[in-house]
Amino acid sequence: MTGLPHSRFRSRGGTAVLPASPPWGPMARMAARRALLAVPVLLAVTLGVFAIAAASPFDPVQAYAGTAGLTASQENLDQLRHNLGADRPLPARWWDWLTGALTGDLGDSASLRAPVSQVIGERIGWSVLLCALAFAFAVLAGTLLGVLAARRRGGLLDRAVTAAAYTLEAAPPFWLGLLAVWLGAIELGVLPPGGLTDTGSDVATAGQITRHALLPALVLAVSQLPWFVLYVRQGVGDALDEDPVRGARARGLRERTVLLRHALRSGLLPVLTLIGSRVPELITGALLVETVFSWPGIAAATVQAATGVDFPLLAALTVLATAAVLVGNLLSDLLYGLADPRVGFDG
Amino acid sequence: MTARSIRGAVAAATAATMALAATACAAPGGGRGAGRAADTAVVGIAHEPETLSPLLGYGKDGNSKIFDGLLTHDAGMTLRPALAAALPKVTDGGTTYTYPLRRGVTFSDGTPFTADDVVFTYDTILDAKTDNASKAELDAIEKVEKKDDRTVAFHLKYPYAPFAERTVLPIAPRHIAGRQDVNTGSFTTRPIGTGPYVLTGWSKGEKLTFTANPRYWGGAPKVKHLTMAIVKDDDIRATRLRSGDLDGAVLPPDLAATFKAGSGRKTLAARTYDYRNVTLPGANPVTGDRAVRRALDLAVDRRAMVEGILSGAGKPAYGPVPTDSPWFAKGTERPYDFAKAQRILDDAGWKQGGDGIREKDGRRASFTLWYLSGDKLRQEHALAFASDAKKAGIEARVESGTWEAIEPNMKQDAVLAGGGSPADPDFDQYLLLHSSLAGDGFNNMSRYADPTVDEQLVAARRTDDRGARKAAYDTVQRRLADDPAYIFLTHVDHLYVVAGRWQGLTTQVEPHDHGLASGPWWNVEDWQPAT
Repeated sequence: MTGLPHSRFRSRGGTAVLPASPPWGPMARMAARRALLAVPVLLAVTLGVFAIAAASPFDPVQAYAGTAGLTASQENLDQLRHNLGADRPLPARWWDWLTGALTGDLGDSASLRAPVSQVIGERIGWSVLLCALAFAFAVLAGTLLGVLAARRRGGLLDRAVTAAAYTLEAAPPFWLGLLAVWLGAIELGVLPPGGLTDTGSDVATAGQITRHALLPALVLAVSQLPWFVLYVRQGVGDALDEDPVRGARARGLRERTVLLRHALRSGLLPVLTLIGSRVPELITGALLVETVFSWPGIAAATVQAATGVDFPLLAALTVLATAAVLVGNLLSDLLYGLADPRVGFDG
Repeated sequence: MTARSIRGAVAAATAATMALAATACAAPGGGRGAGRAADTAVVGIAHEPETLSPLLGYGKDGNSKIFDGLLTHDAGMTLRPALAAALPKVTDGGTTYTYPLRRGVTFSDGTPFTADDVVFTYDTILDAKTDNASKAELDAIEKVEKKDDRTVAFHLKYPYAPFAERTVLPIAPRHIAGRQDVNTGSFTTRPIGTGPYVLTGWSKGEKLTFTANPRYWGGAPKVKHLTMAIVKDDDIRATRLRSGDLDGAVLPPDLAATFKAGSGRKTLAARTYDYRNVTLPGANPVTGDRAVRRALDLAVDRRAMVEGILSGAGKPAYGPVPTDSPWFAKGTERPYDFAKAQRILDDAGWKQGGDGIREKDGRRASFTLWYLSGDKLRQEHALAFASDAKKAGIEARVESGTWEAIEPNMKQDAVLAGGGSPADPDFDQYLLLHSSLAGDGFNNMSRYADPTVDEQLVAARRTDDRGARKAAYDTVQRRLADDPAYIFLTHVDHLYVVAGRWQGLTTQVEPHDHGLASGPWWNVEDWQPAT
């Protein structure tokens, strides 16, 4: 990321990095192109999910019947298989799901005994809340720590932050989760170990939810943190060695201004790409963290959908995850195009 | 798989933490829950219901909290009228059951309960489009008829003596459940019933919360707020009970024992019909051999299993009926007799082979024994069984798998199975032993076929003369002891630890499945504060 055209940003007069008005036209065209490309991707992904689920050793009828299945008559089980559509060929089931989904009917989840739209609607909010909290925290803390580390590369703080980042990057999120439960809930006893509300209470107050969200959001944030720290450290560190920064220092600007207005601004560019590319890991991380903390988000539904071979639910969740990744990529490309006009909106 | 391994990891971490905490600091007794009033109860259960709709199988054996059946069981498992005003009148040679209905009962939304709701509930369950895996239990029903607003008659296809036991099944409101998709409608998660409690929330995988139904026909419960926390892991459940987060929980014997000394909590052991057995399929020349079956039956040390695996919380089992049940056929106990087992095998021509395993006509006395992976209790039973069999010169190769992996092998391999339903001897014995159900789903896994047994099983379900039924089931149990196609190992007690804020807690005789409906909270609506 060396040699960014800082002079060009500054040549527009003053400190404005962004053009006066964003180029809406090219941006919209890029979004439309991506949306078109997403269609075959989504089709392939849903078909793939159906094929993998059909090849899995799990039997949807056994999963549905549970313990009652162990005393049910064969006739009863065969009837269930027919009702659940589990006796139909894979392409037919995929086609039915697809045509249904296109008309707005996502089908019914057999394993959760509810319409798919209701299952997702009840849970997605909690997952989004958790991810948003974690992501915001990871970006803010990552930027802060990265800048601090970049200020004196090779210094004590830099070495400590970098070492910690590599260690955390190697730690799986569920392990961090268990550690947090042990420390926060059992050893110190200050935060609840799981769930959305206190066990004995049946009303969800904001205070309770905040206390319950803190541990899982922190764990998820910490698991995402190393990437942001290392990218910001690298970007800002490189920018500090560049001509514009040397020029700014030569003009006698305060170190603080140099760091925040010059080095940070160009050093943050790679982080923009990172935001998009971290979405898949954020989703998988969230699945693990939600499971450890019994968070009522989409994770439990995903596990149930997979082990119960619940095609409609599984397909809808996969489409959602795929869409999140595609949107994340689009967002980071748009941001990057805005921040660095040379990149443009041709992708 | 991920979820299971994570849960395993959670368990390991918690166990380690508990060990640390136990040495590091004093036991954190009391805690958060200590200040709770006696009108609030939080209990930890291990199994979450898949649905709360009786139409899909919820609460079919009673104690559903939200609903009532026509009948209900009391502490001694005797049938009592609930939504019915009296026990049914049985006519037409045992094929018609007529129930007068209780007056003045309303659903928790204020709508009166009528005969239409009863007819609707049974008709919907029996409808082919309803995805209810337990509907075979109502197989005997030909037709449900509304005689008038206050009377319902069930017409059966054949005389079926235990039918009244099936009518503890909860009644759903037609005016709500009848207006939506039976399999996926909102009623499956937000039910309305006539029962002592009203559901206020269900956070799947976490907890169910209830509040007392002030309009309950049996009188408003003293416990006003009830929470059922779903905690699948035994160690975590014990930790949360210890911290005061839970007031009561179901626990395995080793963990229940840690609560004994003066913790202010009570431990209740429920007697059960919950058996563990080994199926010996007839199609396999080793397990189908009567001498091998009889030898194994004598060579397994059931007392050692009760002491070693269950820490004494259980009984040796010689058949589906526990030895302390009035339905048990006296004299069918088979004490451990290793010498006799050896003699039977020698006499039948199973000679000691070179590697310690017997042989007959060039065939090794060896078979595969499956158990459900992840089920620690079944694993320990399977290993103990294999070790006892080995001493007698019979090899049981123990393997684990999910039901999907086990099912295709059930025809020739042995399976460590479990089951048990206390309401009527017909429920277990017909499914286990009648030849028409050989290999039907997971029923009669040994494919046992004995014409005398078939005849007696049918005779016993067709007469409601208790003496005649007892005689028939005695014959069945003796035939089974004579050719043990299932080696019954143990009946497992269920242990519950509860805070001392209530008095006079009881347990029923419990079935194999023990979730929300079992434990001391089977009748939480009748709990009284300990003053």
